[in-house]
Amino acid sequence: MIIGIDVGGTHTDAVLIRDGRLSKKIKLLTRQDHLMASLLDAADYLLEGEDLSRIERLAISTTLSTNAIVERKIDRVGMVISSGPGLSPGQLPKFQDTYYVSGYMNHRGIEVTPLKERELDDILEDFRKKGIRHAGVAGKFSCRNPQQEIRIGNGLKGATDHVSLGHRLSGQLNFPRRMATAYLNAAIWSRHRQFVREVENFMAEKRITAPCYILKADGGTIELPQSVDTPAQTILSGPAASIMGTLPFVEPGQDAVILDIGGTTTDIAVLADGVPLLEPLGVTLGGYKTLIRGLRTRSIGIGGDSTVKIVQGRIVIGPERTGPAVAFGGPAPTPTDAMVASGRLPLGDRKASEQALQPLAEQMKRSLPETAEAIFSLTCDLIAQAVTEVMEDINSQPVYTIHELLEGKTVVPKALYAVGGPAEVMAAPLGKRLGWSSHVPGNAEVANAIGVALSRTTAEVALLADTERGILTFAEEGLQIPVSKRFSREEAIGLAREKLLEKARRLGASENDMDMEITEDLVFPMVRDFYATGKNIRIKVQIKPGLASYLKSGE
Amino acid sequence: MERKSKKTGLIFFPAFDWAISPTHPEREERLLYTQDQVFEEGLLDFDNIVEYKPGLAAKEDIDRTHICVPDAASVTTDSHLIAAGGTIRAAQAVLEGKVDNAFALVRPPGHHAMKVVHGARGFCNVNMEAVMIDYIRRHYGPKRIAVIDTDCHHGDGTQDIFWHDPHTLCISIHQDGRTLYPGTGFHQEMGGPNALGTTINIPLPPGTSDEGFFHTLDHAILPILEEFKPDLVINSAGQDNHYTDPITNMRFTAQGYARLNEKLAPDIAVLEGGYSIEKALPYVNVGIILAMAGIDYSHVREPDYDAATLKQTGDIIRFVEKSTEMAYQVWKERKNFRERIVGHNRSMTRRKHVYYDTDGISEEQEETVRICDDCGGMVTIDSQADTGRRIFAVIVPYLACPRCRQAGEEAYDKADNRRYAGVYFQDKDRDLFRVK
Ligand SMILES: [Zn+2]
Ligand SMILES: [Zn+2]
Repeated sequence: MIIGIDVGGTHTDAVLIRDGRLSKKIKLLTRQDHLMASLLDAADYLLEGEDLSRIERLAISTTLSTNAIVERKIDRVGMVISSGPGLSPGQLPKFQDTYYVSGYMNHRGIEVTPLKERELDDILEDFRKKGIRHAGVAGKFSCRNPQQEIRIGNGLKGATDHVSLGHRLSGQLNFPRRMATAYLNAAIWSRHRQFVREVENFMAEKRITAPCYILKADGGTIELPQSVDTPAQTILSGPAASIMGTLPFVEPGQDAVILDIGGTTTDIAVLADGVPLLEPLGVTLGGYKTLIRGLRTRSIGIGGDSTVKIVQGRIVIGPERTGPAVAFGGPAPTPTDAMVASGRLPLGDRKASEQALQPLAEQMKRSLPETAEAIFSLTCDLIAQAVTEVMEDINSQPVYTIHELLEGKTVVPKALYAVGGPAEVMAAPLGKRLGWSSHVPGNAEVANAIGVALSRTTAEVALLADTERGILTFAEEGLQIPVSKRFSREEAIGLAREKLLEKARRLGASENDMDMEITEDLVFPMVRDFYATGKNIRIKVQIKPGLASYLKSGE
Repeated sequence: MERKSKKTGLIFFPAFDWAISPTHPEREERLLYTQDQVFEEGLLDFDNIVEYKPGLAAKEDIDRTHICVPDAASVTTDSHLIAAGGTIRAAQAVLEGKVDNAFALVRPPGHHAMKVVHGARGFCNVNMEAVMIDYIRRHYGPKRIAVIDTDCHHGDGTQDIFWHDPHTLCISIHQDGRTLYPGTGFHQEMGGPNALGTTINIPLPPGTSDEGFFHTLDHAILPILEEFKPDLVINSAGQDNHYTDPITNMRFTAQGYARLNEKLAPDIAVLEGGYSIEKALPYVNVGIILAMAGIDYSHVREPDYDAATLKQTGDIIRFVEKSTEMAYQVWKERKNFRERIVGHNRSMTRRKHVYYDTDGISEEQEETVRICDDCGGMVTIDSQADTGRRIFAVIVPYLACPRCRQAGEEAYDKADNRRYAGVYFQDKDRDLFRVK
């Protein structure tokens, strides 16, 4: 049996899956002051009367790190930056304690200016004075050559509890995001480690020996101990849980859109060939643009509880929310009230909804049913329009080769999957507006926990070989090895796959879920003074997000 | 320094799967390190820098500007159509008010492509800026446009295309033609008889550094622009003036490029040449993008930058000052040249020999323009290439007067297509292109 628990901002969902079928489920209000307690409550409920030795796997997702960042309950971090030429420091992300050091790498990973190790002494002195115990290190082009970051890290290690190195967190180019990612990782490190310890203690207490997994923002899971040094990967796993929880209900291989219609917002996610699309660079949280791999979602300020007003004779919906719908005791009319008043949603206090909408109808000089209809219709129009924009955005993503420009795949969904409170009522009208089929998955109230339970392990590896210099770099592994002048693209792909398998196994992937995909495959002949001098080979491979294979059959 | 932030459109198309030939400077690798630097700096995360995907230019977009022999499809590949399409995309973003300015970072370049195209010369088949300008006028109405060609090579293609157009100011600054391809671009090349002074050439000596470029900018280019009062300024932005460029001899820097774009404030910049792909392009392009977007570029610097080695000698300074002064005189005196050059002629003919170095084709051309006080003048071209193709073309100019249009229609009707491989008719205002 498999246990999935999602500790979200409002609710904690949990499911127990036995022989591929949902066997138990529970939804609790999350205890804001004590997220761990919510997790344990849910686990206790599910495990009551179960044979704990039968647990094959426990998987969790928590909003702990996300909340910590948003509420700024994080550790003070000393950021050590080597920036080289380019953007001026005024344009880079700002942190309370930032230290610029000498030394930089160029775009090929060639050291242009060396580090001055002495500078680190002053920084450590300042750390001591300020009581800084956590550090982040980010160097420009460190994903091309991590040596300087590694040396800075070694210099800081002894005097701190933790150092986050930018190149370990992502192999992607983007220096400002690398800074932010290293910062966030260091800032939540101690909190996350504490959380991991508590979960491990709980398991030890219950004598659960099955592996425990944690969900990442990219919809993949990794074994909990593997997340200790890279906690940033686990932020924003909530939206990922909801999308992954919808996947079992989606016809495999399909282009589709998943809508999570909440109270304040509607989140839009897209599947291409049945696989959720990732953010091109990384997720954004608390004003920080990061390199943390995450599922691509767009959030619009329209939900079931958005406030409805009439402004200059026109209906305006959202983006603010003043409370729940009037039908459920809220203060102001909402799209949900329009659904209740028109009889679409047979819940709550219909009279209250009607009374709340009456003044709007008078302002519009239309009947109450007409007004309710108009509000509902506009809500659907706005969401459908946002979905259309998202699709246009995705399909106009820049590409950099003639082949991709001429032959590139476009994502053309024909199906809509809606979850959330008003999903039942809105799915069909939305599908009609978009010209797609519409579906409402079952067990939607625990979709997040299902997603957590069923997600496979994801991993990514970026390889850069520069045969002119004779060096091959695996950025996130902090690994550089020599290669010969004749090193080929085929060898590079082989090596990248090998590395990916190794990494995925270490992270806890099962052998049946090594579904590898090449996401970048570029070879550039290098020419200097009209002579071929080598090749610049760039390969990225990944195990894409998806459902764990051993569960697919029994859905 | 206080700068006004601008919304900048970026059309980035490095064509990572296209090369003229494996070791040619115009190859897959050319914009690789530029992309690395632009991505690593996170420029696309700025709210005021927006990336657009290029479209493909249509056959009509090429035929509106060029006379391609035998036809547009034969002399262009997808890469040319995407580069032209990317440039058009930049113009759309600006003219539709989506951005304040735009930079088309596309390849291959185009500024050596002339009106008649038998093949590729100077790595160019179609002229991106010219195709874009004709597109703009067709879709967004009449515009006075200035093209400032800041590539190290003379923008001879752009000059040729707008030679007779008084509504398009073409200023080219470049390394002296006596020392560099294509060997033209002297002060006396100042436009056709109906458009004297709207072609301006400013040759600069090898070794010119930032100082020299800014002297020319301040004392010729900016004052001329001030008086010409263009609706749009286009920077034909070659990056081969850089001190590390392998095929030229100038000493311009990344800082210089950024400041030039700040001062020139082009509405649209289009990448042309520039082959120092590792040492210059990454820094120059980041500098230009930041300058166009009004973001502090003071920290953009080449790793090997050394101000002392980039100083100009006294000879260079004097050459630059004199050349700048002469160019400004051409502009000031442009109205006085007309009588001297045109006299009582009713038409004037120029003969040209054009060599397509990239494709190894030679062309002999005779171009005749009708002298006209009311428009740029109807043009006929008789062109013979050593491919064996001889063609005749009639061009009714942008904002043509009725008499030039009538003369053009008569010339086309009269042309005997048995003598030519093709007779072409191009009418800019009515967007007509015919072949017989
Ligand atoms: Zn050039
Ligand atoms: Zn005329």
